[in-house]
Amino acid sequence: MTTDNTNKRSSAFEYAPAPESRAIVDIAPSYGLFINGEFTEAADGKVFKTVSPASEEVLAEIAQAGPEDVDRAVGAARKAFEKWSALPGSERAKYLFRIARIIQERSRELAVLETLDNGKPIKETRDADLPLVAAHFFYYAGWADKLDHAGFGRRTTNGHSGRNPRPLGVAGQVIPWNFPLLMLAWKIAPALATGNTVVLKPAETTPLSALFFADICRQAGLPKGVVNILPGYGDAGAALVAHPGVDKVAFTGSTAVGKQIARTVAGSRKKLTLELGGKGANIVFDDAPIDQAVEGIVNGIFFNQGQVCCAGSRLLVQESIHDELLDSLKRRLSTLRLGDPLDKNTDIGAINSAEQLSRITALVEQGEAEGAERWSPACELPSSGYWFAPTLFTNVTQAHTVARDEIFGPVLSVLTFRTPDEAVAKANNTPYGLSAGIWTEKGSRILAVANKLRAGVIWSNTFNKFDPTSPFGGYKESGFGREGGRHGLEAYLDV
Amino acid sequence: MSEKTDKTDKTEQQRLSVFKTYKLYVGGKFPRSESGRVFEVTDSKGKWLANAPLSSRKDARDAVVAARKAFGGWSSATAYNRGQVLYRVAEMLEGRKAQFLHEVAEAEGLSKSRAAAVVDATIDRWVWYAGWTDKIAQVVGGGNPVAGPYFNLSSPEPTGVVAVLAPQESSFLGLVSVVAPVIATGNTAVVVASEKSPLPALSLGEVLATSDLPGGVVNVLSGRTAEIAAPLAAHQDVNAIDLAGADDGLAKELEIAAADNLKRVLRPQPVDDWSATPGIDRLTAFLETKTVWHPTGSLGASGSAY
Repeated sequence: MTTDNTNKRSSAFEYAPAPESRAIVDIAPSYGLFINGEFTEAADGKVFKTVSPASEEVLAEIAQAGPEDVDRAVGAARKAFEKWSALPGSERAKYLFRIARIIQERSRELAVLETLDNGKPIKETRDADLPLVAAHFFYYAGWADKLDHAGFGRRTTNGHSGRNPRPLGVAGQVIPWNFPLLMLAWKIAPALATGNTVVLKPAETTPLSALFFADICRQAGLPKGVVNILPGYGDAGAALVAHPGVDKVAFTGSTAVGKQIARTVAGSRKKLTLELGGKGANIVFDDAPIDQAVEGIVNGIFFNQGQVCCAGSRLLVQESIHDELLDSLKRRLSTLRLGDPLDKNTDIGAINSAEQLSRITALVEQGEAEGAERWSPACELPSSGYWFAPTLFTNVTQAHTVARDEIFGPVLSVLTFRTPDEAVAKANNTPYGLSAGIWTEKGSRILAVANKLRAGVIWSNTFNKFDPTSPFGGYKESGFGREGGRHGLEAYLDV
Repeated sequence: MSEKTDKTDKTEQQRLSVFKTYKLYVGGKFPRSESGRVFEVTDSKGKWLANAPLSSRKDARDAVVAARKAFGGWSSATAYNRGQVLYRVAEMLEGRKAQFLHEVAEAEGLSKSRAAAVVDATIDRWVWYAGWTDKIAQVVGGGNPVAGPYFNLSSPEPTGVVAVLAPQESSFLGLVSVVAPVIATGNTAVVVASEKSPLPALSLGEVLATSDLPGGVVNVLSGRTAEIAAPLAAHQDVNAIDLAGADDGLAKELEIAAADNLKRVLRPQPVDDWSATPGIDRLTAFLETKTVWHPTGSLGASGSAY
């Protein structure tokens, strides 16, 4: 590493430890699968362990779903579908309101749990993830009894003006480990609001919050089988996607797996939405407010350790302000605090898994080998757990791997441009099309550039903002379909 | 090669008619197939009508290049302007009604009155979609009431180059029903005409060429659907594919190929009646949603920062 490994932080301030208490969360030594309202062992008795990425401490032993369990869960969801979809929307809405309220009540517990299992800083789970999780359930609760007003009209492709949009049936949902509970909310809230039932597979490294959510479903009195949670590995996800009893597949994760899923459902009647990878360009023009842009750049790539599909991982800086911006950015990075995710002052937590850490490490080493210039602030890494210092690459060209591949870690590649057209061309020079950022004081330039960018979400003079009312999703190989907002309903309706 | 045709009315039979060489429509021009191949097109009773170009993979690739080249201009034209162009297409269609009536009657074995009804419905369908160009954004887009000091707006945008496999049975109404929504929303299209009855599609190309539609926005290929569709489904510069004209086996194969660059796929839908008013499904199938955020500077009750 080229990191300057001094023992002291370069920051002028030292902070006393400010850990959030983990006493609020009671993690059992083992958890089962959640099928038809009951926790149950896996059919083949397999289990796996989930660890805290910050300490490598084993948090719990989890039943590992296999194809037989998928079959059982889909059967339970199918059985529950009949009654659930026949409920008046106003009744479904009240279940969702109950869930939303219980999430708010247990928000601190869930935030600590998520931080333990995922490794992200408590200030992010507490201030970003959990409020958004509750907000998603509130938002879609309100849709459940208003679907006739969602604007999808009557189904007409077959030449008939048929009945109003209806639920699809059983939704098979596979979610990633970077925002375990938020991704669950994005998937489950619209599915239930529209009258579908759900079999959800959380990622193998972060199963806990989904299992706690199962308990919330029980507290809310949700009918058995409406939500089923199957912790497991990729094979369980593949079995779920391929299961003939599944009517809708929703996946968030890597583009490679997304393509495989698209092949699996080809020729079937399964409706598919995919939220995949990205290599977002964050474009800073010479008239941008530098201090705000620096905050936005930091938020864009170091939020959740950069493990964000819409991360602004390619910084495109207008050449004339490159040096000034880089100086400010490096100065700001030197103040970031990396360490115990449960510490309320921590900015950068742990990488989610050893596997992800090695992927980041390999890509960064490749970046160096290809001639890009690597820089990190002076930064002590804890001795146990999975850690990666915030990292910048300068002298990056479009051909470099670090400018093309999604790294999914706290690694920013810096490129330059001279004209708006060049910025647009470089920003669009990727098979991905999920997010982009634009920093400039000039309104017409924001609108002109936003128009030309091939990306589903564009943040101007801000970055990484989310809201349940706003559709989110990508162009090109970042997938198809939208989650959130009125648009998010379409994925779960027969339209 | 074939028996003498009597494509003309009895009154004109003293005069030997001039045959028409049907050609592809690619990039605003009328090339023969690069392959030099043709195939016999017959009417519903098996009588020879014309030799249509039998397009090759290379023709398909050339058409994609033309469609990509046209995308920038067409997608950034104002919605009003696209509407004007599409209305102009409808006017040109109206002027050529007699020709299409003739071609549709022969292609689909319809009586004159039935064919006339189909052609009327086709022109009306085109007009219907022309009217959508400047309305779809208001219907499917809009502002989102986010919980914070931000303005954010979702707008639909065309997905790009769309490969369209025209329905096999409805050679004109079905064709227009799948082509018009693709270009109304600002996409460009590579259209594979009905395999058995490609002539109305090739004639549509002639109409489009004289209708202010920029070259390359619509490209029409005739030939074997499976042969042309395979390279289109696998093409890395095609963004979406409408499988209307594929049977179930071919549709599955093409959908698998389309996964390589995550093309948007519209699966074949059973259509009982092409003349029924379509919904907006075919418009939205080839649209992306772009959401743009900006701070508003308003901080609600706590004050303001603008």
